[in-house]
Amino acid sequence: MAQAINSRRGPVTATAQRAKKRKPFLLDLYSTAVGKKYVMAITGIVLIGFVITHMIGNLKMYLGREDFNHYAEFLRALLVPILPRTVFLWLFRGMLLTAGILHVHAAYGLTVMNRNARSVKYQSPRDYQVASFASRTMRWTGIIVLLFLFWHLADLTWGTVNALGTSAADGKFVRGDAYGNVVRSFERPPVAVLYIVANIALGTHLFHGVWSLFQSLGWSNPRFNKWRRSLATGIATVVVVGNVSFPIAVLAGVVGQ
Amino acid sequence: MIEPHETPHGTQLTNLTLTVWRQKGPNDGGAFESYRIDSISDEASFLEMLDVLNEKLIGEGREAVTFDHDCREGICGTCSLMIDGQAHGPQRGTATCQLHMRKFESNATIVIEPWRATAFPIIKDLMVDRSAFDRIIESGGYITAPTGGAPDANLIPVAKPAADAAMDAAQCIGCGACVAACPNGAANLFTAAKVAHLNLLPQGQAERYSRAEAMVETMDEYFGSCTNHGECEAACPKEISIDVIALMNKDYRKAKFANRKELARS
Repeated sequence: MAQAINSRRGPVTATAQRAKKRKPFLLDLYSTAVGKKYVMAITGIVLIGFVITHMIGNLKMYLGREDFNHYAEFLRALLVPILPRTVFLWLFRGMLLTAGILHVHAAYGLTVMNRNARSVKYQSPRDYQVASFASRTMRWTGIIVLLFLFWHLADLTWGTVNALGTSAADGKFVRGDAYGNVVRSFERPPVAVLYIVANIALGTHLFHGVWSLFQSLGWSNPRFNKWRRSLATGIATVVVVGNVSFPIAVLAGVVGQ
Repeated sequence: MIEPHETPHGTQLTNLTLTVWRQKGPNDGGAFESYRIDSISDEASFLEMLDVLNEKLIGEGREAVTFDHDCREGICGTCSLMIDGQAHGPQRGTATCQLHMRKFESNATIVIEPWRATAFPIIKDLMVDRSAFDRIIESGGYITAPTGGAPDANLIPVAKPAADAAMDAAQCIGCGACVAACPNGAANLFTAAKVAHLNLLPQGQAERYSRAEAMVETMDEYFGSCTNHGECEAACPKEISIDVIALMNKDYRKAKFANRKELARS
């Protein structure tokens, strides 16, 4: 290839996109694409763990107000009396927040890198062979889930977009009554639809993410690789079915005040 | 008597339209141009079909289409081409040179575009400069062996499964289809194949971790990142598995820690 071309051709030769710099060890690891993918995968595992636990915890909704609110209080009182009340909860939130920020930051860095790696797009339509809908929409499902997360916190943690009544009877956010707040929120059909749509986006994200993290972490064993797809499908299905069941149950009257 | 361009075997495809990317040089904008192929044997290879097109263009006093080709038997990695949106065209496990016209139908329109990646600048028409791959190889895609008398055969025993896995990776011909097919313009399959080929063999162990670190970081300077779409594996004319990418990721992680300890000792 290269010999056929005049050596003084100048602009034809590819030029490096990024210059190498010496950095502290962890930043050095993080500065490469493979390093960022490790961060994506590890923080992804943390967040998947949270999503699954969150869904399982919420199943207590079906046991009634008392069980559900008791579970919510249990989370605030985790590791009491080793730690004062809510301290562990805040440490846990701090970890999730860190994982979330790193996940998004790495995704942003990789996206910029990928855009630069093909500065002139294909001018004819591509015919993708194996890339799935999920893998090609990770960026968008990720953004949908992130935006939904803000809504979800404003709705059920801060209560600012929860049902806006003046008393508990006509639909006011009551701090500490997690069960009542969930029911009041999901009784509004547009909100229920929002939760369902966001969870389908989350499931699509997990469908590719769970499969993909094994590659990113270098966990490859030809004997077990065929289980990756099943595991990803399983986790995505369980999370979506569990989470989507809550608004549907409230709208159907299975779970009510 | 056999007419030129007519073969005793096979059938003729008629009335093909080729939409070919024409670009005068690296800094030209470039555009698609359409050409007619009235008749071509279905036993012609894709590159032979382009030869026929070029004969016709030269006969008409027009400039021939520039495209990369060399061995035409699928082992050199010189040919390229994005054919109807697929790297190396519609047949799996086949380089463009071994793709035959029987994969197409009469009256078809075939769109031919060069590889597109920032690290593969277009030289002319369908020809791109893939020397960024050479930069990756230079940084670690070799073993350092003392010169001198030829060593005894079988001096270093190689386990059969390691030899097989290394051979699978070593099939990479460096054509760049993985980069071309990747929605992110990543070269992970190429780099990982070269890393795996040497890192799986006993001869590659001495430089295993310096190789993994150097090659991954050189790749990083030119190419995008892997998001595990798997398009590279589907496009690869040698059908190299993306399992090698997992191996490269693992060796890179180990390299970062192992090399750091080595540096601390020295």
